[in-house]
Amino acid sequence: MAETKQIVFPGEVIEISEIKPRNGVYKNREGKYCSEYFGTVQKGDDYIDVVPFTGHYFPRRGDKVIGKVIEIGPSMWTIDINSPYLNLMHMNDTPWKMSSGDIKKYLGIGEYIYAKVMTLNEIKESWLTIKDVGLRKLEGGHIISVPAPKVPRIIGKGGSMVNLIKEYTDTRIVIGQNGLIWIEGTPENILRATAAIKKIEREAHTTGLTDRMTEYLKGDAKNGN
Amino acid sequence: MPKDASGILSEIKKGYIINQLKSGKRGDGRSPEEFRKITIIPDYVKRAQGSAYVMLGDTKVIAGIKIEQGEPFPDTPNQGVLTTNVEMLPMAFPTFEPGPPNEDTIEIARVVDRGIREAKTVDLKKLVIEPGKKVWIVFIDIDVIDFDGNLIDACTLGALTALKTAVVKAEGMDEFKLPVDNLPISVTMVKIGNTLLCDPSVEEEQMAEARITVSTTEDGHIRAMQKGKVGSLSIDEIKNAISISLKVGSALRETYIR
Repeated sequence: MAETKQIVFPGEVIEISEIKPRNGVYKNREGKYCSEYFGTVQKGDDYIDVVPFTGHYFPRRGDKVIGKVIEIGPSMWTIDINSPYLNLMHMNDTPWKMSSGDIKKYLGIGEYIYAKVMTLNEIKESWLTIKDVGLRKLEGGHIISVPAPKVPRIIGKGGSMVNLIKEYTDTRIVIGQNGLIWIEGTPENILRATAAIKKIEREAHTTGLTDRMTEYLKGDAKNGN
Repeated sequence: MPKDASGILSEIKKGYIINQLKSGKRGDGRSPEEFRKITIIPDYVKRAQGSAYVMLGDTKVIAGIKIEQGEPFPDTPNQGVLTTNVEMLPMAFPTFEPGPPNEDTIEIARVVDRGIREAKTVDLKKLVIEPGKKVWIVFIDIDVIDFDGNLIDACTLGALTALKTAVVKAEGMDEFKLPVDNLPISVTMVKIGNTLLCDPSVEEEQMAEARITVSTTEDGHIRAMQKGKVGSLSIDEIKNAISISLKVGSALRETYIR
């Protein structure tokens, strides 16, 4: 078994010296830093994070997410992006020219979009937009879901992990910050990419994962072809 | 774990499942007749008279048995009473609501009950204390903890395992094991395109045209059948479903119910 990262429980004291605590850390009455979640400690150059093992996705402005249309109004869609709050998209925030009333011709119930969180109000209702580079309606392929806190691990440093999977399985992959992942390719390749992503999800708390994934994907590619 | 919430099946997933079926495989890589991983823990609730916890992929159910004394029905004075009840807890799936059971819940309970009743799994004649006045009443209560498709088969496996562990006891009376024999295994299939798929997942259940459940016992008799959804099945497809059920059912029985 590979070495694991430091695992902490809620309320456990974390030693912090000279680096700044960031997410998932709070200061208790005695002035010590404690973990907010059950998860792993992630140390960067100048910050420290506690990454929970499971949890919901909480929208932040600028996040790129994958969402599903669950309701259509006269001029806007209600989108499910796996968050506990309401998410809407207005017809003016799409690249299509349309008049209110016939917007379901462009985007129907049950269709997926790759969108950006444009604004977020104080009760965390968010407005999405698909009017930007790379944002679009997703067609074909397959959608899988992973817990949102595992997404950074699947992307890897500067996208290294996801590029590795793309390269070895010959698929197109779009990852939403909310834990939904769109994969396109031949049916076998989609299954192989899914298996690789599930493996990362299971082993996200271990170190040296990129090297092991390279080994795994090489072996997988040999067996597959 | 985030799920395809709110019960709306997306076009992308539909297209993906249909594409995979063209190469003879299913969305999760299974072959058409393959079941998901089954884990059964008998005697899961220690304080119950009989119980079982069944995990069928991500579908999870708990079955419990309660045996009480009571009056027999007037038309069967020399028999005990068997009732089956299924409860879909709201935490199991986004579209499940609290309140009295709906049609789907009742259908599952009835199909499970029919298999067990018609196979004469529980020997009701041995559950008589005083003919016409006092008999044992067997309650099978099944709670759905998590829903990922194919509740009928998960509930049947749970009910059977729980019945096998059940003990009849009351103050001042001898304890004895519930007389259980001749176990019916149900196999549920859905029709997508022209293929019958065993043990459907939520997505497959949502997009299927028709669903058929066949319960069979070890001697090869059909003990219960149920057709669901609006689509049609031809006679050949039903014959095919029966032979699949016999084959898959006997394999399941060997592995999990012995």
